[in-house]
Amino acid sequence: MIPGMDTHPRLAAGCRLSDQSQGHTMLLMPERALRLNGPSLEIVRRCDGRHTVAQIVQELQAKYSKALPKKVEHDILEYLELLHKERALDFE
Amino acid sequence: MTSTIPAPLALIAELTHRCPLHCVYCSNPLDLTRPDRELPAAVWERVFNEAAQLGLVQVDFTGGEPLARSDLTELIRSARSAGLYVNLITSGIPLDEKRLEELVSAGLDHFQLSFQGAREENAAEFSGTRTHARKVQVANWVKRHRIALTLNFVIHRRNLPDLEAMVEFTEELAPSRAEFAHVQYYGWAFANREMLLPTRAQVEGSLEILKAAEERMRGRTRVEYVVPDYYAKYPKPCMGGWGRKVLLIKPEGDVLPCHAANVIPGLKFENVQANSLRRIWEESDAFRKFRGENWMSETCRTCDRREQDFGGCRCQAFLLAKNASATDPVCSLSPDRSSVDAILARINTSPETTMKLEWIYRPNSS
Repeated sequence: MIPGMDTHPRLAAGCRLSDQSQGHTMLLMPERALRLNGPSLEIVRRCDGRHTVAQIVQELQAKYSKALPKKVEHDILEYLELLHKERALDFE
Repeated sequence: MTSTIPAPLALIAELTHRCPLHCVYCSNPLDLTRPDRELPAAVWERVFNEAAQLGLVQVDFTGGEPLARSDLTELIRSARSAGLYVNLITSGIPLDEKRLEELVSAGLDHFQLSFQGAREENAAEFSGTRTHARKVQVANWVKRHRIALTLNFVIHRRNLPDLEAMVEFTEELAPSRAEFAHVQYYGWAFANREMLLPTRAQVEGSLEILKAAEERMRGRTRVEYVVPDYYAKYPKPCMGGWGRKVLLIKPEGDVLPCHAANVIPGLKFENVQANSLRRIWEESDAFRKFRGENWMSETCRTCDRREQDFGGCRCQAFLLAKNASATDPVCSLSPDRSSVDAILARINTSPETTMKLEWIYRPNSS
């Protein structure tokens, strides 16, 4: 299920980011915790129901300007799909 | 490498052993903690803060029945203030909409609701109560709030015929997550094992149904299930390994690596009222006992899978082979596997009609 570029990804009910007090940020959900590194954290931070998928792709392409834009787009879409499957994300 | 003690991820907070249900497969020890020995909220608050400092990110409020604690709202609030993600593992009894709202406002993240079956008559036999209809009502109340909801169906020989109905109910309700949990044989479940163990045909049938359900519900509900370990080829990586990912605190404050460890003789458990959580996690005898590989049998120590499943479950090794250091007897490589095969042979050949069913019901301790 490829997310539509005009949809707004939003963290699902009961899913949220941890405090950064321990150094790493984690995505917390029922009985599971995903450690977020640089790029994945940048994606998840923007899953606030206000950014569209297209905007997230644009912002990260600008941020990671040394990477191939097509690869950035592909990786983001793949990651969003994974989070959706895990029920961490809804597309509104 | 093995001298580094990993940071734990989850705290299982057994707030009480009081419970209005009498489930025949309850994972509590046979020896239930008396209510007058339960830790007060002030001690739990200290523990939550120590837990967060230790690196823990999740707390599971469980029991018994955590709703039996009248200070549960306060406990949720302090766990959340400490920075923990709060899971409530509950039967949903007793609860009303007003109290649910208070729990949610206090910061509850996830409500995991147990089901004993798909219909009242069947479920009543295993919980010793008529609570199914109320649970359905609770599930619908929780859906109105913006928190995660899991339906947890405990499945075994006597309710597996209703698995499709359980799946159908789940599909209609569309919770965030559904767990179809084959009973694990500890505590009261071990005492009732002969009545609970599924047949091989039932296990195979259930895996087919659940695999299809998982695919159908993908993107709406996260469906989780595992092969019951008596029927598996290799053991489960119990708790993610002894003293690696999980800490359990009993109602009176004793700290254990899991809910069953009290069956292993010679383990000394420390209590949070006398020690810090960090000290207990890193230094207590009970936690150190099965860390690393020095305790492993020859079979496990030379096995390629040892870093994957850690030789399985220590408590199960004791329950089945009277030796907590042995390879988990459910493992196909275990010298004790034949004893598990013998139990399964009985279950798979004894006609139901010749077995007189007598459940051992867990009593209420209120």
